[in-house]
Amino acid sequence: MNKVLLGLLLGAVLGAIDGASAWFTPAVRAQIVGIIVGSTVKGLIAGIAIGFFARKVHSLLLGILFGLAVGFVLAFIVARMQHGYYFEIILPGSIVGMIVGYATQRYGAATPVPAASR
Amino acid sequence: MKFLSDKALERLREGADAPDLTGTRYRLLERIARGGMGVIYAAEDQTLSRRVALKVLDVPIPGSDFAHRLNREAHVLARLEHPGIVPVHDVGTLADGRVFYTMKFVEGQRLDLHIESVPSLPDRLRLFLRICDAVAFAHARGVLHRDLKPANVMVGAFGELLVMDWGLAKILRDSVPSKIAADPDATIFQPPDALPSETESAQPTAVTGHGTVLGTPGYMSPEQARGEIAQLDQRSDIFSLGALLRFLAEAPARQHTGRSNPRKDKSLDAICAKATANLPSDRYSTVSELSADVSRYLDGLPVTARRETFLEKVARFYRRHTVPILLIAAYLVMRILLLVFSRR
Repeated sequence: MNKVLLGLLLGAVLGAIDGASAWFTPAVRAQIVGIIVGSTVKGLIAGIAIGFFARKVHSLLLGILFGLAVGFVLAFIVARMQHGYYFEIILPGSIVGMIVGYATQRYGAATPVPAASR
Repeated sequence: MKFLSDKALERLREGADAPDLTGTRYRLLERIARGGMGVIYAAEDQTLSRRVALKVLDVPIPGSDFAHRLNREAHVLARLEHPGIVPVHDVGTLADGRVFYTMKFVEGQRLDLHIESVPSLPDRLRLFLRICDAVAFAHARGVLHRDLKPANVMVGAFGELLVMDWGLAKILRDSVPSKIAADPDATIFQPPDALPSETESAQPTAVTGHGTVLGTPGYMSPEQARGEIAQLDQRSDIFSLGALLRFLAEAPARQHTGRSNPRKDKSLDAICAKATANLPSDRYSTVSELSADVSRYLDGLPVTARRETFLEKVARFYRRHTVPILLIAAYLVMRILLLVFSRR
């Protein structure tokens, strides 16, 4: 699977799971659907960005660090919009970004080089 | 009366032994090594202006077993065109009747010396896989090496690896691909019987009831050591490869490399043990099977030579996926901690 598609799918799935984990917090359980959708969209965006990065840069460490940065920034924006739950949103979002960063570097297939550019 | 010194005598002997290359395109440069039945010289191919290794018979007896054998070695090598096998360039007879052949001049180190500068076990195993490729190719062409050992593998200055000294090679009639068998230029030889070893480092041989022992103790299969030449098949080379693998896994690294000596584990031990089993039927049946198992070991996958316990499987899985396991564990631990603290 190519790196962008892998990042997109993994970002969406892990984002959805991360969002669903809000069910364990009784205070926000009523808004669980909105949280899952928002978290999935955040995961999609992060996944695409991380996937494109993985296509350009072939480094496991840089991939993980980029995932961490993207996950952190997007989660921070979401937390700002929520006016709270900074730790609950930013920490898991950053780790999910690292997981996607690792997976795209490790398991994503390199995009074939077009014959004309060889 | 004044006697000649040993050194002067040796020089005189060398001069007398030096082959007369008149009428050939080669110019003698220097002596490189001496074998059981011939000498290897560095020579210059004057037509192509390149250095070659020239192997020439000691005794000028055309039609002798030795001449037949050297000729045969050249033909075996000519059949084996592979990047891991030293290529032969030319074969012929000198003016004095001695048979010779020329091959690529390999500048490098013998594997037994080179390995001291390779402290990493994976790097050593990758070298081993390249040897396996060359031997598997030879087997596919119906040729057994019969004297595989570190001293018969050269590692070139640019990392090229070449399996040398095919003087004991045995051609398996049955295994010759039909394409070669149908080739009118191809020469199919009978297995050599009762011919002496020509390898420099070969140990003294011993005669058995079945035939003459050819090979090197420690690397020679039990059936080869018993002189059962007719029974030898590719599993005999697999035994030698297993012994070579054990050598690569255990040979100490040079001290100043700053790395500890490689340590093999139970799986690699099991691969060596299976390859060097006493009974050929207990060994890997092909070199490809052996190299596939070594590749699996290198990739952190289970090997066919050994059944793992459950704990070993878990440990191997962890070693293969350390980063994602740690990341997922970190996520879960953090989620649990957040949950615990949010409920306080």
